[in-house]
Amino acid sequence: MDFLTLLQVLDTTVRLATPLLFACLAGLVCERAGIFDIGLEGKMLASAFFSAAVAAISGSVWIGLLAGVTASMALAGVHGLASITFRGNQLISGVAINFLASGLTVLIAQDWFGQGGRTPSLSGGARFNEIKLPFADLLSGLPYIGQSYAELFSGHSILVYVGFLTVPLTWWVIFRTRFGLRLRAAGENPEAVDTAGVNVIRLRYTAIAICGLLCGLAGVYLATGLQAGFVKEMSSGRGFIALAALIFAKWRPWYALFSCLLFGFFQALSFRPDVVKAVTSLDVPGQLLDALPYILTVVILAGFVGKAIPPRAGGEPYVKEN
Amino acid sequence: MTFTQKTLGGAAALAIVASACLAEPALMYDLGGKFDKSFNEAAFNGAQRWAEETGNSYREIEVTAEAQRVQFATRMAEAGFNPVVVLGFANASTLEEVAPKYPDTSFVLVDMVVDLPNVRSVVFQEHEGSYLVGMLAAMATESNTIGFIGGMDIPLIRHFGCGYAQGAKAVNPEITVIANMTGTTPAAWNDPVKGGELTKAQISQGADVIYAAAGGTGVGVLQAAADADVLSIGVDSNQNHLHPGQVLTSMLKRVDNAVYNAFSDGPGLDAGIVSMGLSDDGVGYALDEHNAPLVSAEMKAAVDDARERIISGEIEVASYYTNDSCPAHDF
Repeated sequence: MDFLTLLQVLDTTVRLATPLLFACLAGLVCERAGIFDIGLEGKMLASAFFSAAVAAISGSVWIGLLAGVTASMALAGVHGLASITFRGNQLISGVAINFLASGLTVLIAQDWFGQGGRTPSLSGGARFNEIKLPFADLLSGLPYIGQSYAELFSGHSILVYVGFLTVPLTWWVIFRTRFGLRLRAAGENPEAVDTAGVNVIRLRYTAIAICGLLCGLAGVYLATGLQAGFVKEMSSGRGFIALAALIFAKWRPWYALFSCLLFGFFQALSFRPDVVKAVTSLDVPGQLLDALPYILTVVILAGFVGKAIPPRAGGEPYVKEN
Repeated sequence: MTFTQKTLGGAAALAIVASACLAEPALMYDLGGKFDKSFNEAAFNGAQRWAEETGNSYREIEVTAEAQRVQFATRMAEAGFNPVVVLGFANASTLEEVAPKYPDTSFVLVDMVVDLPNVRSVVFQEHEGSYLVGMLAAMATESNTIGFIGGMDIPLIRHFGCGYAQGAKAVNPEITVIANMTGTTPAAWNDPVKGGELTKAQISQGADVIYAAAGGTGVGVLQAAADADVLSIGVDSNQNHLHPGQVLTSMLKRVDNAVYNAFSDGPGLDAGIVSMGLSDDGVGYALDEHNAPLVSAEMKAAVDDARERIISGEIEVASYYTNDSCPAHDF
């Protein structure tokens, strides 16, 4: 395997890891505040649809982005209402959101466009195009470093860069700000937060809003960055892989980056059986590579490699004592 | 109005409804959906053509989950629709279960064979059509590398890929054919993101013509190919118009004719296996204003010649089904 092939595999890794990363960080913020959210998938799907639909109608991907994020945040609001205000079961609310998004997107798409649950193909300004970083062409002649810069770092849509910058930002917010401390406390011991005079309900709603925003970006990237339009069920389980990545990352931002990249790398490898065969001289079936994220998560959950401990108050609606 | 009158009235209304749907045909789409721009959409076009020509109406239903297959087919037969056309290889087991219970209803299965007295099984010689587009791909490529992206990894899709590889190797024995499958579950028919990434992976391996036999996933393949400025080949329906000038051709599978014929034959249609191939235009390749500049007269002549020779039996395209392997490509 030559260096260029490696770069191409890594390039695919980055593209596939980005939606996972957004969704994983969304889940991280939410679960750190004590709200389990298995509706990541549904929010991503809704956002993918609305961003593609509105971008197709308006011709501007930025208006599409706004619509996608709004849709995702609206669904997050529903989750918040059900699980925070009405103290419902967070898992059931999440499942409901997944079903709702899966049905609603196709229904609305059929009504608006009459193409059987798809949006028209986007072109030009209606989708995120690849950005060429400065000097990429100039440096591409330089072996290794220049090539990496031109192939791997340059030539992604802007959302990829936003996704990677979100990691340090999330880390800083969660671990270095007062808001982050309170957020984590709300997920570990909400009574203590309440005793200190901080509103737990508001904290959790804020976390859910951030979760909606990040999930929205994941969906927007799927429909307008990676692809040019919405196809029904196009998120195809990425929200659940992101949840697996979250557990694998033990609810930490930097680990989340690592686990999403790792899971993306497995997928990228499953596309290149020739590379796998050349490197390992084994005929590894692509299905095994596709299943690895789940297998690894089970291994982690079973406690073989360190222990994954979720936030203590996760899944419990907060009831103020009278 | 007394209670008896109400009941009687209701029964009469029901009887009218029942007789109205009697003998109306029904069409059941497969997962992938009615407007997949491909397999199911072709069936819809056939049904639509029948409805316009005869002025009659038909009932349609779209399967969205595996568990609905038997349920929907039963519902259609129960409601008196006849014939009931079901699409997709996965419905073979559905009909094996449902068809014996409704011996007076004619069923038509597209893409798979079920041996029952009231079932017509329509199969297509996809390998022959794929052979022709494989030839076109081999003549259009400049890198001597062409790609194939299948949807779900099932024998039917390997059958497509096998014909394609044989056609390409008939033109150029030295050609490299890269084949990938999107997945092993039905989700593989609806994952354009993965389709697009597979396309990019094949392009980075040098492929410059890529054939997608992958339902809704194919939309992503064609898009990624058009973005990277390489040629693609559509499947089932004519997909040339999706990216004019960038889709080399489409392997046509005339599912519309299968549905149209079934609807025209009506209840009590002949059961048994109907095989649609090149000779009766059951499969073929698409040539229209969108891809005319891409297919030279020379290419067209070569492909039309091969078509004649396949029909006459001079060229024999090996079928993947014969012994579950392909002489031209190792899947």
